Amino acid sequence: MTEFFISLGMDATWAIVVASICGILLIALPLMLAVAMIIYVDRKVWAAINLRRGPNVVGPFGLLQSFADGLKVFLQETIIPSASNKGIFLLAPIITFTVALVAWAVIPFDAGVVLADINVGLLYILAISSLSVYGVTMAGWASNSKYPFFSAMRAAAQMISYEVSIGFILVCVVLYAGTFNLSAIVEMQRGHGFGFVNGYWFNLLLFPMWVVFFISSLAETQRVPFDLTEAESELVAGYQTEYSSMAFALFWLGEYANILLMCALNTLLFFGGWLPPVEIEFLYWVPGIVWFLLKTFFFFFMFSWVMATVPRYRYDQLMRLGWKVFLPMSLIFVVVISGWLMLTRYGGAA
Amino acid sequence: MTVFAFYLFAALMLASGALTIFARNPVHSVLWLILAFFNAAGLMVLVGAEFLAMLLVVVYVGAVAVLFLFVVMMLNIDFAEMRAGFMKNAPLGVAIAVILLAELVLGIGAYRAGKIALGTPDGSAAPLVGESNVENLGALLYGNYLFLFETAGIILLVAMVGAIVLTHREQRSTRGHQDIAKQNARNPNEATRNVSPEVGKGVEL
Repeated sequence: MTEFFISLGMDATWAIVVASICGILLIALPLMLAVAMIIYVDRKVWAAINLRRGPNVVGPFGLLQSFADGLKVFLQETIIPSASNKGIFLLAPIITFTVALVAWAVIPFDAGVVLADINVGLLYILAISSLSVYGVTMAGWASNSKYPFFSAMRAAAQMISYEVSIGFILVCVVLYAGTFNLSAIVEMQRGHGFGFVNGYWFNLLLFPMWVVFFISSLAETQRVPFDLTEAESELVAGYQTEYSSMAFALFWLGEYANILLMCALNTLLFFGGWLPPVEIEFLYWVPGIVWFLLKTFFFFFMFSWVMATVPRYRYDQLMRLGWKVFLPMSLIFVVVISGWLMLTRYGGAA
Repeated sequence: MTVFAFYLFAALMLASGALTIFARNPVHSVLWLILAFFNAAGLMVLVGAEFLAMLLVVVYVGAVAVLFLFVVMMLNIDFAEMRAGFMKNAPLGVAIAVILLAELVLGIGAYRAGKIALGTPDGSAAPLVGESNVENLGALLYGNYLFLFETAGIILLVAMVGAIVLTHREQRSTRGHQDIAKQNARNPNEATRNVSPEVGKGVEL
């Protein structure tokens, strides 16, 4: 894109700046639209599994429901509790939302279609996703109210716990791919299974890691069955209890943008990103970005499916699963996978 | 552009570092500290150490500072008491600051005096020119400094085990103990049974 702006007669520095801003808008605006529609999809899937109709009033098939909701919260009054810590109270939803957006900078939608093709893309994602805990924690503390505070404590403990095992799973993928760059990781998955199947899921050592990663990403985005932070039966609405209007909407949008990010990561790390599922010539007629979006949508469907069918975990069960099951398991797999690669790929010579 | 970014990050880092100390509310202090970490990561990206920058964010912002925040939020800190101890601890603080400054000056001076030769004489673990700093760090840590690196790992492991041993208390006698394997092994057929207990006897679970 930079070349295009230079060809318009711009200075090279300015062309980079303008191209970056255009790239950011090209990602952020469709993402916001996607979040609005995916909330609708979520509610429809949830309703269908519960044998309900779901949103069906606003627009054809209720398609415009999310926009109506958006307009509603936009017109509401922003209530700031008088006992709250005002600066941090308002900063928290902004941080949640911003962090959910900036992680998309390194996601490759197609071969070469990526805003920042950096060497340490995967680490960047890990770093940014570790920031998302701050929005929740700050919201819970600044509300100066007991249920949000409980929720903030839970969120901090839960996200740190699952980030550890996610980190080890990413190490497994990086060991196989030999790079932190997300585009290169996708390219390495081409023909991984017998030169035919594209994706690391087709691997006896990595498939269990994908299962663990999928469950951990549910926990990391605080989706059912791990939505202990907003467990309505115990904590009213958790950290969002004191929020109203746009501040509440920002939490909501940020949460769904994070969920989409996790779906995209599942796609990129284990299911071959923009590559078609198998190496057949005519499957390449479909553009890569369509494959990427289809796979991401499939994982979102799985998230919805889980949400509609699985009851919430107890808090001690959540901690046990994270620390006593996933952490040892992913740690063992790091050792096993490095050993296996040492024997097969690097010829056993240390 | 780079110069502008450098001054932006550096100014923000100094400002948030100062505010970490001057903020009256300890939670605000921790949040300013997090901003300082973040800007330090930005500076590292500017000098081309992107791997270290990301690790700084993952480890310090993502884990260590969260625990700080956790503890500071939970403790109800008395500000007046903290201010009273300020003059008493000031000499110690100054001493630490002087030591850190001296180390920085010494390190930069040594670096200026001549580049530190990295890598073994036979070139087996020399920095790989033109590779990303992930590969370079890997080659150095797992080549040249393998034993030092592993020793550091062992020390951390011992510290971790020590911390767990010191804080772990066996509580089986005082609290109800749950057997996870037993809970998981339950199935619907065994989970319910019909009993007709005598009055005042209760049921064994």
